[in-house]
Amino acid sequence: MLIHLSSPHIHGGDSIRSQMMSVIWALMPAACVSVYMFGWLAVFQISSCMLACLATEWLTLKWMGRSTSPLGDASAALTGLLLALTLPALTPWWMTILGGIFAIGLGKQVYGGLGYNPFNPALSARIILLISFPLQMTTWVIPLHVQLSGLNLYDISLAWTLFTSGIAALPQAVDAMTMASPFGYVKTAWTQGIDVNTALQNYHYSYLNAFIGREAGSLGETSALALLLGGIYLLARHTITWQIPVSFLATVAVLAAIASTVDPNHYTPPLFHLLAGGLILCVFFMATDPVSSPVTPVGQIVFGVGCGIMTWSIRTWGGYPEGAMFAVVLMNCTVPIIDHYCRPKVYGQPRKKA
Amino acid sequence: MIKHFFKKLGFSQAPFAGGIQPDMRKETEHSPIEVCPLPPLLIMPIKQHIGQACSPLVAVGDHVLRGQKIAKAEGYVSVPIHAPTSGQVIKIEDYAIPHPSGMGLTSIFIEPDGLDERDETLKPIEDWQHTDVSALREQVRMCGIAGLGGAAFPTFIKLVQDQRNPIETVILNGIECEPFLTNDHRLMVEHSQKIVLGMQIIMHMVGANQVIIAIEDNKADAIECMKKAVNDDDMGLDIQVLSLPTRYPQGSEKQLIESITGKQVPMGKLPMHVGVLCQNIGTTHAIYEAVILGYPLTERVVTISGDAVPQQGNMLVRLGTSMRFIYAQRGLTDFDGLQILHGGPMMGERLRHPDIPVIKSSTGLLALSQDFFREAHPEEEPCIRCGHCSEACPISLTPNLLADHCRNEQLEKAADYHLFDCIECGACSYVCPSHIPLVHYFRFGKGQAAQVRREQGFAKDSRERSESRDSRIQREKDEKAAKRRKVRATHTPTPAEPNQGKE
Repeated sequence: MLIHLSSPHIHGGDSIRSQMMSVIWALMPAACVSVYMFGWLAVFQISSCMLACLATEWLTLKWMGRSTSPLGDASAALTGLLLALTLPALTPWWMTILGGIFAIGLGKQVYGGLGYNPFNPALSARIILLISFPLQMTTWVIPLHVQLSGLNLYDISLAWTLFTSGIAALPQAVDAMTMASPFGYVKTAWTQGIDVNTALQNYHYSYLNAFIGREAGSLGETSALALLLGGIYLLARHTITWQIPVSFLATVAVLAAIASTVDPNHYTPPLFHLLAGGLILCVFFMATDPVSSPVTPVGQIVFGVGCGIMTWSIRTWGGYPEGAMFAVVLMNCTVPIIDHYCRPKVYGQPRKKA
Repeated sequence: MIKHFFKKLGFSQAPFAGGIQPDMRKETEHSPIEVCPLPPLLIMPIKQHIGQACSPLVAVGDHVLRGQKIAKAEGYVSVPIHAPTSGQVIKIEDYAIPHPSGMGLTSIFIEPDGLDERDETLKPIEDWQHTDVSALREQVRMCGIAGLGGAAFPTFIKLVQDQRNPIETVILNGIECEPFLTNDHRLMVEHSQKIVLGMQIIMHMVGANQVIIAIEDNKADAIECMKKAVNDDDMGLDIQVLSLPTRYPQGSEKQLIESITGKQVPMGKLPMHVGVLCQNIGTTHAIYEAVILGYPLTERVVTISGDAVPQQGNMLVRLGTSMRFIYAQRGLTDFDGLQILHGGPMMGERLRHPDIPVIKSSTGLLALSQDFFREAHPEEEPCIRCGHCSEACPISLTPNLLADHCRNEQLEKAADYHLFDCIECGACSYVCPSHIPLVHYFRFGKGQAAQVRREQGFAKDSRERSESRDSRIQREKDEKAAKRRKVRATHTPTPAEPNQGKE
């Protein structure tokens, strides 16, 4: 082993693994809620996605002739969990596996492995899937469908059938089980000339349901509450800093508040923005991904504000109902330049640049 | 985070930026200072401070007394070196000094005669209150006092009254933020009165009235002792014993000034430019001994600690004592598989062997087991850009980006990222989850930059040399030609036309 001559000769004991594990723990509330809401389907999705990621990591490392020790740092497992939580419950199994392969193969290892990827691997895989399979990726199961469709997803054999054969296995049930996400619904309604408030009423939208996770959405994106718990845990553990989440959420809220005050019939209210879609997941778990976000505090605020502006713009004017993921990926491209220009003033440096 | 927010709003006292809270392991904090016996041999390197090396004043065979000057200061940034005990100079040759490279330096070897007789050349200045400040300053210099906190900067240089930058506040640095080390802590507990006297001398010398004794809150007994001792102050000073939250590297001069005053020392300036003077506790004690007793600096308190030392503790050690001898006093004789550090674990140097003398900057001697050491230096993994290093940096650098530039030898870019402002405190390496030896890269970068500067200087020198040679040759040629012309003009009265043209 290499013995460094250089001080310091003690270490705080933090490791990549401990960092990754704290994020995995932070995702646990959301994962549990997803299992509660979607039954065995969630279990199948999450486990297959994580396995796909781990297998891809192992294969690529072997293929490149590198040590497979990075498997132990839990980063691939985290990517798998994160990706699974952004998938709709009825994603076909092969799509989930493909997503895992994309995430690790194209999202991470092609760039040189952990630490070198410009984008969050889970996020890039999710975007590849969304663009490649727009229909399947926007078919959302209604949470707690038991009462609604008469199907019991806690029945493991039914869930297995749905998971392996996909929606095609039970075409008649699908209509009853699925619906558009609130965002998609409002957007479609607007094109049909229905104003925002009416659309939300028609949808039977409730802020409380959105907060605890009973509106349609991806596995782990439905419950803002569970995700917030995880986010607070990460902040308390000091795995992430407050700059990105606060600036990101605040920007979206402020933009939405201004727009909805000016024209409440066209623009959705700020709270709706904050609770809808994958925003909270994106804010706490994607935008704060250390590898692909800025390291400087000021840079992180710039990054967060940029993400917020992009998210709101894409949601409002873009073709896709959800904009947070695209916003984060677009802002990821700007990270090196943000970091370069947002370096903090060092000790004793004069205010003006000499 | 909330603290940071409040700090921004100005609700709480502003501590310095960044910093870490390492496991302090002050296992020796209740071990009283024991006197280390005289070793059979004392080895005094001729440079024990920052600045120019001294030149020896003694020859082999000379008999010296304790406190006798054996090497004189050369240049301004230098202090003399004194014999740590009475005895005979047996040789003067290169010997290893506490440096990670194991490099050597001219050293004076003294064999003690066991009598420990003092040299009485330097007289104590008992009436220091009515003594001219410059005389006191000379006394401090002649006693060879350099900062005992580890940097060993000649102390007399800081003890000035400058009309343009008057010192308003004196800070006594009792922070001792390095894990393991407790030598200042014990000094404060055991010799608080002497420290207060030393402090009064400093105050008299710089002409200031406000003094803050800064101690971290993990040394409650030291705070207690100092509070009691300052009651004896008869100079009417404005004294404050300040308890600061424990945080590394608060003991660093600039960080301490920021913690206490909220002011940053501007780049390239000294603490006195913000009206502050910082003195280490050990140095203050040494100033007391120099002025009141007339004792030159021949001994210091050293913490001997680490998980491999059977009897950890603090010792009053003569300078020049071999580390092996000191470890033996604490029951450690077998160094097989151990790592020895000179200084604390955060900034101390790893030494290759224990046959190295203690010098003025030796704050601590640590012996760590291989397991302990290995745990601190796991294998390097790729950077995940978590930014913990930037948060921990007391200078507000971006260590991970800076390390990339150093590793790639993009030295100009590294300088742009303030490589040379790095104080090498090690906070970034300490928190790094990828175990990247960031400070190691910064040292490498600084070394490379120094190399480049040297080479550039060398190239410039040789260019200048060759240019001056060329011009000299040209000048000589011209002179010769002129001479020849003159000779021809005088010896050939009517030179032929074509010949003239040829010339």
